[in-house]
Amino acid sequence: MSSVGINFVYVVSAALFIFGLKMLSSPATARRGNMISALGMLIAVVVTLLSQGMDYRWILIGVLIGSAIGATGASMVKMTSMPEMVALFNGFGGISSLLLAWSEYHQHPEMATGIAIIATISVFIGGVTFTGSMVAFSKLSGRISQKAIVFNGQHLINAAILAVVVLSGALFCLIPGSTSGYLLFILIVLVALGFGITSTIPIGGADMPVVISLLNSYSGLAACAAGFVVSNNILIVAGALVGASGIILTKIMCKAMNRSLANVLFSGFGTTTAKGSSEDGPQGEVKPASAEDVYYILEAADTVAFVPGYGLAVAQAQHVVKELGDLLEENGSEVVYAIHPVAGRMPGHMNVLLAEANVPYDQLVEMDEINPRMETIDVCVVIGANDVVNPAAAFEESSPIYGMPIIETFRAKTVIVLKRSMNTGFAGIENALFYRENTRMFFGDAKASIQALVSEFKGSN
Amino acid sequence: MTAVYLTFIFVLAIFLGFELISKVPSTLHTPLMSGSNAISGITLIGALASMQTSHHGVTVLLGTLAVILATINVVGGYLVTDRMLAMFKKKDQGGAQ
Repeated sequence: MSSVGINFVYVVSAALFIFGLKMLSSPATARRGNMISALGMLIAVVVTLLSQGMDYRWILIGVLIGSAIGATGASMVKMTSMPEMVALFNGFGGISSLLLAWSEYHQHPEMATGIAIIATISVFIGGVTFTGSMVAFSKLSGRISQKAIVFNGQHLINAAILAVVVLSGALFCLIPGSTSGYLLFILIVLVALGFGITSTIPIGGADMPVVISLLNSYSGLAACAAGFVVSNNILIVAGALVGASGIILTKIMCKAMNRSLANVLFSGFGTTTAKGSSEDGPQGEVKPASAEDVYYILEAADTVAFVPGYGLAVAQAQHVVKELGDLLEENGSEVVYAIHPVAGRMPGHMNVLLAEANVPYDQLVEMDEINPRMETIDVCVVIGANDVVNPAAAFEESSPIYGMPIIETFRAKTVIVLKRSMNTGFAGIENALFYRENTRMFFGDAKASIQALVSEFKGSN
Repeated sequence: MTAVYLTFIFVLAIFLGFELISKVPSTLHTPLMSGSNAISGITLIGALASMQTSHHGVTVLLGTLAVILATINVVGGYLVTDRMLAMFKKKDQGGAQ
């Protein structure tokens, strides 16, 4: 097939990607949208294979190995492990952009300066995406410490690394065709891989939603840059779409955590907020409740909102929560699940976990949807969430989380908080919600507590 | 001229991306991420195109590695997204009960 013909087919692929992303705007059409996007990719692959002089032997081997690994990973992964899976796939996308730029350079070492600059950018972003994603993967899957690893002079080292990249990149672009040009290129590859590690390792586990979103964006931009190097439209369009998507998600995550991107990237969290706990602490009395007490409260409620946090996923309590939700509905209550944007380990993670437990998506309610009608909610059941329901974010200007958007459970008629103990949450600050007049604390393991409520309901029928 | 034309496409695609993605509800952000991740495996196209019979040695090695890794990204990304989206059901589709 002629190269003009191939490029026309790429336009069709790009249109299918765009349609696919557009259909992701509703859960009803999202699955078909993903298939349309996959069809776009298939068409692009097939038409590329129709061009002349292809080495089908190695292509077949590569595609078979890659498909086998990808399909196995996708079908085995648990929904709770989705963040590390996405990080891993993301890293592979990044490194393949690096390899593509390298391969192009190896074939045509006498590059024009413009192309050499873009090749450098492509290699750098691709390399950072790869090792950065691997660090994120290792942190999320607990292979290395989730804590922010900070050491003295970290910023200095990172700045020095960047300076090396810019210098060697500039030199490389002047002499790409020579042997020293090739050595500089290898140096850039190595430094990019190193920078991915040193820039991701100081970021704590709970900030991973931001990091994954950002790396997602990088992998798109790396594909984009590789597209400029090999002058391929479809790489540029698809890469730009992904780049934009990652940037938007990064912005949403930062906003939901009330932090700037710079703050997430450059300061190990915890160091900045240790001063947190307000001097006199929240006033009032903690009112513990038994399973029976909670049962009577829920039994009489017309509207119940569950507010799940990552603790719910840790306790593997999604399914039993859904069972309780069903029993409440049978009892005539309206049940919704109010989900904070940073509940879980990646954007939207909690929704997937609840969908896996068969919670219908029309019951999954966003923070901005539930807050205006909070007064009409009879009971809020907070499970494994803490900082995202802390009223200090709304009222206490001295609080480190002041200004962070929260699910305003304190405005509901009654709040039931399921919690193991009175320990503070991730941000290490007291939660005044627990001491409020309309709050009842239901202590214990989340799963066991909800199980107890389910038995209460079943016992009474 | 090619550079101008490619940059033109790039800028328009970024704007289009912002428009499209900001319409995705937060409920679907995880599938959005894994799905867009699969799209970023588009480097596969570039990697495939670089696999010419006239090439030898290092180029073949780099190309094959790029094909393997990009294929993992594409195949794994789309399949896992489909697995997740299949779980999102409306109430009358048997979501409840």
